[in-house]
Amino acid sequence: MLTLDSLSKTYSDGTRALERIDLTVPQGEIVALIGGSGCGKTTLLRLVAGLDRASEGSIVLDGETIAQPHPGVGLVFQEPRLLPWLDVADNVGFGLSHLAKTERKARIAHALEMVGLGEHARRWPRELSGGQQQRVSIARAFVANPRVLLLDEPFSALDAFTRKDLHGHLLALWQETKPTILIVTHDVGEAVALADRAVVMRPKPGRLDDAIPLALARPRDPASPHSEAATRRILAALDRSLKPAQAAAPTEAAQWW
Amino acid sequence: MAEPGADDAKSAPKPRRETVWDQGGRVALGLILPLALVIGWESAVHTGLAQGRLMPPPSRIAVTLYDLAASGDLWMHVQATLVRVALGFAFGAVAGIAAGALTGALPTARHILDPTLQALRAVPSLAWVPLFILWLGILETPKVALIAVGVFFPVYIGVAGAIASVDRKLIEVGRIFRLSTLQLARRILLPAVLPATLTALRTGLGLGFLFVVAAELMGASEGLGYLLIDGQQFSKADQILAAIIAFAILGKLADTVLVAVTRPLTRWQDTARETL
Repeated sequence: MLTLDSLSKTYSDGTRALERIDLTVPQGEIVALIGGSGCGKTTLLRLVAGLDRASEGSIVLDGETIAQPHPGVGLVFQEPRLLPWLDVADNVGFGLSHLAKTERKARIAHALEMVGLGEHARRWPRELSGGQQQRVSIARAFVANPRVLLLDEPFSALDAFTRKDLHGHLLALWQETKPTILIVTHDVGEAVALADRAVVMRPKPGRLDDAIPLALARPRDPASPHSEAATRRILAALDRSLKPAQAAAPTEAAQWW
Repeated sequence: MAEPGADDAKSAPKPRRETVWDQGGRVALGLILPLALVIGWESAVHTGLAQGRLMPPPSRIAVTLYDLAASGDLWMHVQATLVRVALGFAFGAVAGIAAGALTGALPTARHILDPTLQALRAVPSLAWVPLFILWLGILETPKVALIAVGVFFPVYIGVAGAIASVDRKLIEVGRIFRLSTLQLARRILLPAVLPATLTALRTGLGLGFLFVVAAELMGASEGLGYLLIDGQQFSKADQILAAIIAFAILGKLADTVLVAVTRPLTRWQDTARETL
């Protein structure tokens, strides 16, 4: 269980990036964080990853407070951020140096198979396409078996075809160990394709505005009436989130989930 | 999971492997100009178009080089020059890497050291010669010190710049995987700054050869720089040119060795093949 309790972030220049975020995510749930630019989605993810410190509030994972990078939390960045001097296999195994060599090799090989790059283990990152690099980056995060996996718009720079393919890889990996996933996205279709719940955020300062459950069976067909209805509900919520905030509404709205 | 064609189609193509013919052709192209000059000058002197007193023909330079080599003098001079460059390069490079790492990694060290080092860098290195002779005498020490000064600055600037410009995003990857400061330095900083450091070392080595001439002009009884001075004093233009050619060959050989030794460390770089 991941619990964010009254989480706020104010930067040193006084910018209030996040305002009293309350969110509880049961183990294994996929939550899509969706909202316009500047609504604090990435800030929220960086706090959960332990890369930045919250100004107020707390992040608790299975009873343990997170204030710095935690072994149970993995992060996939917007760009692949592969280390160019390591080949694909060594990039995937970057966080596994504490393991025995045979186990490390086996886990790397399995993760690469899962993302369809088994034959590319000895290639340099520069020899891969953008989509392949992002698959390596996802494998690198999954291979450490995190309880929580954070994804910061990981597919935003890719074409629709590659994006759909990567959704498949992501869900296949998720099926294996069922980590909790928080995925930041601008793409409503992506939220509907992947998430169990879409959480809509409102900007200035970033707050949670609405939550739309997406209890759809997998695999999902984006053209099905259920998916289309879910898309419409998220779009309506996004529209509302872009309108000026009602007095006292955000805090109350944030309470019910 | 099906592999989408579009994804793979965008893979960077593997660079075509260079064949022996490609390499041979490139070498031949590079030889056209020097060979034309050699043949042209040789013909000009033989046909009486030029005297060849101040600019001796290549055949006479070759004979001088051969005589110097046969008498053992050439090796003695080359050895003396090489030892000076090697010592000066070693001291200058170690000091440059240490100072560059310090100022690149620690802002306080940068604020304290960098302004002074930049001011010293602005001093023409030859201006140190009188002071070094005064302080260190006229034997080997001032020569090595001068070469070390020449090597130090490009290495210092290169390393400090490389450390300061390491991608913050890669550091964050290290933080996510909870690397200690030491692990971060070893697994991310060091490999990230390696290419720029090697380039700085190459520049430093080139300057080492530049400064060894100045150092040997200070007053040496052996070394290729001594051959230059000796040639000037006794109007032996062929000896001067022989020494210049020896310098060119030595400098190129040293650079080639440095590149060959360090190339495996940077073979991951996309541009390594093109620039080294």
